[in-house]
Amino acid sequence: MNSELQYFFELVFSGITKGSIYALIALGYTMVYGIIELINFAHGEIYMIGAFTGLIVAGLLGIFGFPLLGVLAIAVICAIIWCAAYGYTIEKVAYRPLRNAPRLSPLISAIGMSIFLQNYVQLAQTSDFLPFPQLIPDFEFLDSIAYIVSSTDVVIIVLSAVVMTALHCFIKYTNMGKAMRATAQNRKMAMLLGIDADSIISVTFVIGSALAAIGGVLIASRMGSIDAYIGFLAGMKAFTAAVLGGIGSIPGAMFGGLVLGCCENLAAGYISSDYADVFAFLILVLILTFRPSGIFGRAPVQKV
Amino acid sequence: MQILKKAILTGIWFAVLTFPIMVVKVDHIEGKMVWRWENAGYIAIGAALLSLVWRYLLERKAMRRRQEELAIREPSLWNKILRDPKLIRTGLLILLLLMLILPALSSTYHINIIATALIYVVLALGLNIAVGLSGQLVLGYAAFYAVGAYAYGLANHYLGIGFWAMLPVGGIIAALAGILLGLPVLRLRGDYLAIVTLGFGEITRLIIQNWSSLTRGPGGISGIAKPGFFNFSMADVAVSSVYIYYITLALAILTIFVVDRLKHSRVGRAWQALREDEIASEAMGVDTMRTKLSAFALSSMWAGFAGVLMATKTTFINPNSFTFMESALILSMVVLGGMGSIWGVVLGAVAIILLPEYLRAFSEYRMLIFGAIMVAMMVFRPQGLIPPQFRRYEIPDYLKKKSAGTPEGAKEGN
Amino acid sequence: MLGKWLTSAVAASAMLLAASFAVSSAHAEPQTIKIGVPGAHSGNLAAYGLPPLNAARLMARYYNERGGINGMKVELLVQDDQCKPEMSTNVATKVLSDGAVVVMGHTCSGSTIAALPTYSNTILMSPSSTVPELTLSGKYPTFFRTIAKDDDQAALAVQCALDRLGAKRIAILHDQGDYGRGYAEYVKSMVEKDGRAEVIMFEGITPGAIDYAPVIQRVGREKADVVIFGGYHPEAAKLVTQMNKRRLKIPFISDDGVQLDAFIKMAGKNAEGVYVSGPKDISANEWYKKAREMHLKEYGEEPGHFYYQAVAAIQALLNAIEKSGSTETDKIMQALRTEYVDTPLGKIRFNEHGDAEGAGFSLYQVQNGKFVELN
Repeated sequence: MNSELQYFFELVFSGITKGSIYALIALGYTMVYGIIELINFAHGEIYMIGAFTGLIVAGLLGIFGFPLLGVLAIAVICAIIWCAAYGYTIEKVAYRPLRNAPRLSPLISAIGMSIFLQNYVQLAQTSDFLPFPQLIPDFEFLDSIAYIVSSTDVVIIVLSAVVMTALHCFIKYTNMGKAMRATAQNRKMAMLLGIDADSIISVTFVIGSALAAIGGVLIASRMGSIDAYIGFLAGMKAFTAAVLGGIGSIPGAMFGGLVLGCCENLAAGYISSDYADVFAFLILVLILTFRPSGIFGRAPVQKV
Repeated sequence: MQILKKAILTGIWFAVLTFPIMVVKVDHIEGKMVWRWENAGYIAIGAALLSLVWRYLLERKAMRRRQEELAIREPSLWNKILRDPKLIRTGLLILLLLMLILPALSSTYHINIIATALIYVVLALGLNIAVGLSGQLVLGYAAFYAVGAYAYGLANHYLGIGFWAMLPVGGIIAALAGILLGLPVLRLRGDYLAIVTLGFGEITRLIIQNWSSLTRGPGGISGIAKPGFFNFSMADVAVSSVYIYYITLALAILTIFVVDRLKHSRVGRAWQALREDEIASEAMGVDTMRTKLSAFALSSMWAGFAGVLMATKTTFINPNSFTFMESALILSMVVLGGMGSIWGVVLGAVAIILLPEYLRAFSEYRMLIFGAIMVAMMVFRPQGLIPPQFRRYEIPDYLKKKSAGTPEGAKEGN
Repeated sequence: MLGKWLTSAVAASAMLLAASFAVSSAHAEPQTIKIGVPGAHSGNLAAYGLPPLNAARLMARYYNERGGINGMKVELLVQDDQCKPEMSTNVATKVLSDGAVVVMGHTCSGSTIAALPTYSNTILMSPSSTVPELTLSGKYPTFFRTIAKDDDQAALAVQCALDRLGAKRIAILHDQGDYGRGYAEYVKSMVEKDGRAEVIMFEGITPGAIDYAPVIQRVGREKADVVIFGGYHPEAAKLVTQMNKRRLKIPFISDDGVQLDAFIKMAGKNAEGVYVSGPKDISANEWYKKAREMHLKEYGEEPGHFYYQAVAAIQALLNAIEKSGSTETDKIMQALRTEYVDTPLGKIRFNEHGDAEGAGFSLYQVQNGKFVELN
């Protein structure tokens, strides 16, 4: 293969991997925003807690000598359960009492929650970076192209594609999904039709947090180390991805994540990695300026 | 009994919730694990007790609201005293006097942190113009702060220009940056605008960080000159911090005055009309473009002033001071204090800066407590410490019942 | 509206009053030696500020259990500056007004620079601020440090790349922080001056980013034969791990922010062959063992960044106070420059700039999961 072309594909593949993680986290943002119009700044922290829970569970199982894939599965499941519980609790403590408050109040509550969670994990675990075990084994059939795509990348891409498809079907075809869409469209109307809006909102937080947990364990296993502050940057990028795709739109979040991941990598690969983040945000600014509702979002109808 | 049962359940829930992170500590490479069971106990008991307090406070808040809705709550005696304009004027005068003689009473440390708090008062009031008055959510305010600080830092470092010359120039440059950002994004509304400003804030910081041939990158600019007093330079640290304290105090008072005047001016009314309903205000003949731009420009101008002050106060700046967290903190001051209310914002800024300072006794735990306080404040007082008061007009008795709803709460759904 | 004016007025004046009362209680008692310990104790740089704090606490206890210094107990004034310059000046005035005799701290170079004008009459000894101009500019006579300057290490890295490895195409990466980038820039200018090799890449990576794949792919594409990285061990571990995954077998050179056992733990077998510069092998020093043991006993884990430098700093400061029998800045400074003291870093004293003498640098390579000193 032409080496220029190979370089391009390498960048794109790693961009897709990164984008899949962004998308997994972005889904949480976009779902919550779709329903209660809240930018949930604590969502990045859920991802971080997912990574920590995964690390702790995997560490314990590793000591007891479980096989690698079993460890991965159990770690992911535990992270999902605990993160879902965190998401549920956070919503109940920090956002539910603010349902009828001025619009910015939940936002500040979210920022406070995010500061709290960072410091909580830092104090309870460590202020330093923790090494994260590699949970995804190297597949032999990928050995020949390992310099382009590692098996971890493949697992991440496949797993997130599966999860996102499942989510899409869930939203589209189940009763719960329909209720979620109805609540997102018009909460009052949904309540009039007998939908319990509060529990729908809880479910949204639980699902969003579970997705972030998967992202947390997968990427931590790829990166090899975590600390209490990884949630911030990842959360911000994921949030950018959600907006890029059109916030509130689920396919938008997936697409936005992929676009952002690839753009960042191409900018870093061809121009300069110093400015990769600048390009990511520049794309955001440009897209919003010319298409204010994002790639997939619908322009809000102004009612007079 | 019911309450107690709930509290116990909450305790158990939190103990389980925090179990992996609080109890287990594992080092998978060396195969070591530490179990800290006592933590689970503390959490359970703490959460159970806190939940009792939490529920009680929530109930009280709900009861208050009900009473307010029925309008059976008499204004308290305290409130009645506070309505007396004479007392208020005396109070303000005493405060002003106190602030003026403070350097004589207090140590350099207190002067310093109060000066820091005053810089944040200026910042928060500036942001209040955009967020509180005209309803444009800006999440990248630190960028304008950075523009002001770097304008002075660079001008002083390369050209040797002094503080007094750069104070207005820094403000103007920041205002220009505000207009530059404002022009393309004016069509955006609400949260989308917020995101673009967030992006802009990050871009600014990253450029400062990476353009090291000009800005000296993450190493920052050191040795920025302190302000001179005519021809005397203030070399002594204690003297110069008192001097800077007075400068910040003057600027803060000027800001309070100007923002208060602006609020009731023609453009201020236009901002508030824009905040309440963009379409209606446009229909009433408000030029939304110009109004928004003026809000942006003025708001960022104050950030520029504050930036210049901050650079001269610390004599050192680096990109670390202008992260998204900084923007979020300034925004919290505005919201915590009460959006749109000048004294609320002042109090919010003072509280957010002084709180961590006085929480120092808790050392490592102070940011944890700070985050918790932010959440609790919002839950129990979402409208802020001092919510803005709207001008009242006398309404005939037969209409009074209808006007009882809160102005903010009415904007739900579509 | 007006009603609220008074509320806020009252609240604000209450705060101010509280503030001014707090001052009166802060007068120093003569029986203790107060050491200020400012640094990043919370926030995302706490990983570099907490180990020195642990060191200070353990050492203070150690000396107090032995009856203190000159009959006086050691007391710590711990202050958190989160590595923010604007906070560090406040913190500096705080420790001084609380009566600190000497100060050990300020984690980041940035906050140290910002705070130094405040310490014009007090000794500040940093375990972690590496910017050369702090000592070399001569602007800060009261500044000392137990860690080496960026340029010393950079010289070692360049020497390793050019002489030992005969590199022709050097890729320089850094973590965009003041420490990592400062180091990287010295490396760059030294390589360019030498002329034997060219710098083909000078790129920053964002710490905590989801991955560094594009940078690594670029290193491969540019056919670099050496990678020199300025920054700390988490990023270095991620870089070498990902480089190995991409089958890039290129020598990797880094600084003493990486020379920690945690790096080998994190990178595992990927760490093999990595070169790092670090303080001369100190693990044989008696105090090194002692300090490590103290930390293991108290906190149950290996000490983190700058722990040994901080132990050395406290020892040097207390030793100077003891030897000079005084708490006056001039006399302590004199003693710091003349009296050798046994520390985890070896026998050290300070030169006229304020840099530690006797704590040299050498080059290490990771071999079989251990840092091995090279000659």
